[in-house]
Amino acid sequence: MAPGAASARDTDWDGVRLHVVTGKGGTGKTTVASALALALAGEGRRVLLAEVEGRQGISQTFDVAPLASVEARIAHAAQGGEVFGLSVDAKAALLEYLHMYYKLGRAGGLLEKFGAIDFATTIAPGVRDVLLIGKVYEAVRRRKEHRAKGPGAAPAYDAVVLDAPPTGRVARFLNVNHEVADLARVGPIRSQADSITAMLRSPQTVVHVVTLLEEMPVQETVDAIAELRAVGMPVGGVVVNQVRATILAPKALKTAARSAISRKDVAAALTRVKVRATDAIVDGLLAEARDHAERVALEHDAAMVIEDLRRPIYRLPSLSDGVDANGIRELAEALVAQGMA
Amino acid sequence: MAPVLDIDALLDDPQTRIIVCCGAGGVGKTTVAAALGLRAAESGRQVVVLTIDPARRLAQSLGLTTLDNTPRPVEGIDDTHSGSLDAMMLDMKRTFDEVVMAHAAPDKAEQILANPFYQAVSSSFAGTQEYMAMEKLGQLRLEADRDPDNPRWDLIVVDTPPSRSALDFLDAPKRLGSFLDGRFIRLLVAPARVGGRAYLKVFSAGVNIVTTTMTKVLGGQMLTDVQTFVAALDTMFGGFRQRADHTYALLSDSTTKFIVVAAPERDALREASYFVDRLDDEGMPLAGLVVNRVYRVSAPGLSAARALSAAEELDEDENGSSSGVPAGVSDSTAITQGLLRLHAVQAEIAGRHQSLARRFIAGHPGIPTVEVPAAAQDIHDMVGLRAVGEALAGS
Repeated sequence: MAPGAASARDTDWDGVRLHVVTGKGGTGKTTVASALALALAGEGRRVLLAEVEGRQGISQTFDVAPLASVEARIAHAAQGGEVFGLSVDAKAALLEYLHMYYKLGRAGGLLEKFGAIDFATTIAPGVRDVLLIGKVYEAVRRRKEHRAKGPGAAPAYDAVVLDAPPTGRVARFLNVNHEVADLARVGPIRSQADSITAMLRSPQTVVHVVTLLEEMPVQETVDAIAELRAVGMPVGGVVVNQVRATILAPKALKTAARSAISRKDVAAALTRVKVRATDAIVDGLLAEARDHAERVALEHDAAMVIEDLRRPIYRLPSLSDGVDANGIRELAEALVAQGMA
Repeated sequence: MAPVLDIDALLDDPQTRIIVCCGAGGVGKTTVAAALGLRAAESGRQVVVLTIDPARRLAQSLGLTTLDNTPRPVEGIDDTHSGSLDAMMLDMKRTFDEVVMAHAAPDKAEQILANPFYQAVSSSFAGTQEYMAMEKLGQLRLEADRDPDNPRWDLIVVDTPPSRSALDFLDAPKRLGSFLDGRFIRLLVAPARVGGRAYLKVFSAGVNIVTTTMTKVLGGQMLTDVQTFVAALDTMFGGFRQRADHTYALLSDSTTKFIVVAAPERDALREASYFVDRLDDEGMPLAGLVVNRVYRVSAPGLSAARALSAAEELDEDENGSSSGVPAGVSDSTAITQGLLRLHAVQAEIAGRHQSLARRFIAGHPGIPTVEVPAAAQDIHDMVGLRAVGEALAGS
């Protein structure tokens, strides 16, 4: 990055304009995408956070009115930074696209009336994805002012964060070129797909994967990264979400794992501080310690698999009060502290 | 207090022929479906479980090592009560291909299977998986009923696709059906046929604009492919709407029961709420709600607050009695402190889970509910599934 450019800090993803966030369902993909958008918006930047599945996950996370296919500001960040939200709708994107490139006028309405728009956005394979990413592509490339057009004009957004489909579908979603290749060998859809692909494969784009320290999400992360690489998409960082603190000291963990904690000692210590050391309580505490040790061991295995991916790793704590607008800010700060933004 | 969902009564009732497990992604739907299937089989029913996208190790434990779209017997079940368990994993492309081959003449079928639009629709169209899951359910039911005196299965347990929006699988058949019945399709298939003589002039002007625009946007070759594909499907799915209606009727039948699976998290419960309301709107028979992976502590007699203060007292106690050197904290004291702090954290999580579940239940009074405690490990063998089954049955 040039000296004196927008960020005074060094981050791991300087120069990246489009951050795609994916992850297995239930890992907190939308939460992480939201936190990343807020983190990127620090230092007075403008960031767009887009979702493409119509789930309204972003508006629920930020506790704002449901997003429409028009960009709306959803949060303020440090030093005048702003996060805008957008729920990309394939139909709106197609009509906008047709209007922009073909000046359709009456034909647009007719297409709608004949069901052609529904057809193109629901069943024509690949077309839907091209439209959805196409809208994101347009937002990444958009310049600030119409009159200041040209290479000199500043981008409308300093960064765009895409809350993408889950790991199982993301490679296919991003690989739009392949999707339409068989269907449209030439023509405008094809050239649109080509420009999108060029941007997605450029250093301007990275795909981050969100996971938990559990077997299935980690396995899906490994699979998704392999698939993304196979289709030439730049893989970003791995965000380990909902990391819980290890409460027992390493030595105690080992003892607990062997079920070798002395009942008698624990009962004596409890009695000293006037906790009634009934069998139920002592055995219960020991069982909890053993379960905890088992889980820590599993999490350790999962963490090793993630390490082996050799990608930058970011860890977000498990929020005890659940994720709300304040929780998102806490997570955003954690991402900034770890250099993701 | 919500009524308790009596899983065993549900599984033992011969009137229960289909159980559909639905819920948001990542809540353990597949595990619940497999556990229900196993429990029913071990209590003497002839069960087939249709899974959509099982975790690798869970699939292996069910013997699902190959994705061949056919139910296979699951090894290692207790068959003292003469029950049986088959399992299969859905292959949506193959299911679609089978539908094509079963309903079209051989030359036509070949033409459809080779069409690029068909290939894309059958492997990636959003909704194909949902539709094919329901198609497969219909097939399994037919197969089950082929010999009424000696049914191959008397219970089908279905795990639903991890749809991004709730109950997509209910909408998919209708969506595909209405698409094929649509005006646009008729227009594509036979532009000349559209409109009567009186409207011809006005109408064909519109049609021309539409087709010209389509050609401009999509390219001519693509339009031709679409036309071929649609024409082929159109002749094949003469009774397409009928099939969709049939699936829908099967789902709303009183021998079908829906189980909504949720995890004690805000988002998953919100999704579950949506499922419950939507099933109600559609008149689908809801059996109840499973709140999966509810955290429970093993020492419920000790509160989080008491555990924390006891841990602190141990500190003072130790520092007061020793010379104040940190190394003076004995191992057993340090371990007990750790146990108390761990308990405090776990008790708080358990409390949060309880209050989330309670709030949901309060918002949906009268829906039978059962909680499944969180297991320390991922579930990927018969022993684990059996334990989930026991928890589901409340034993």
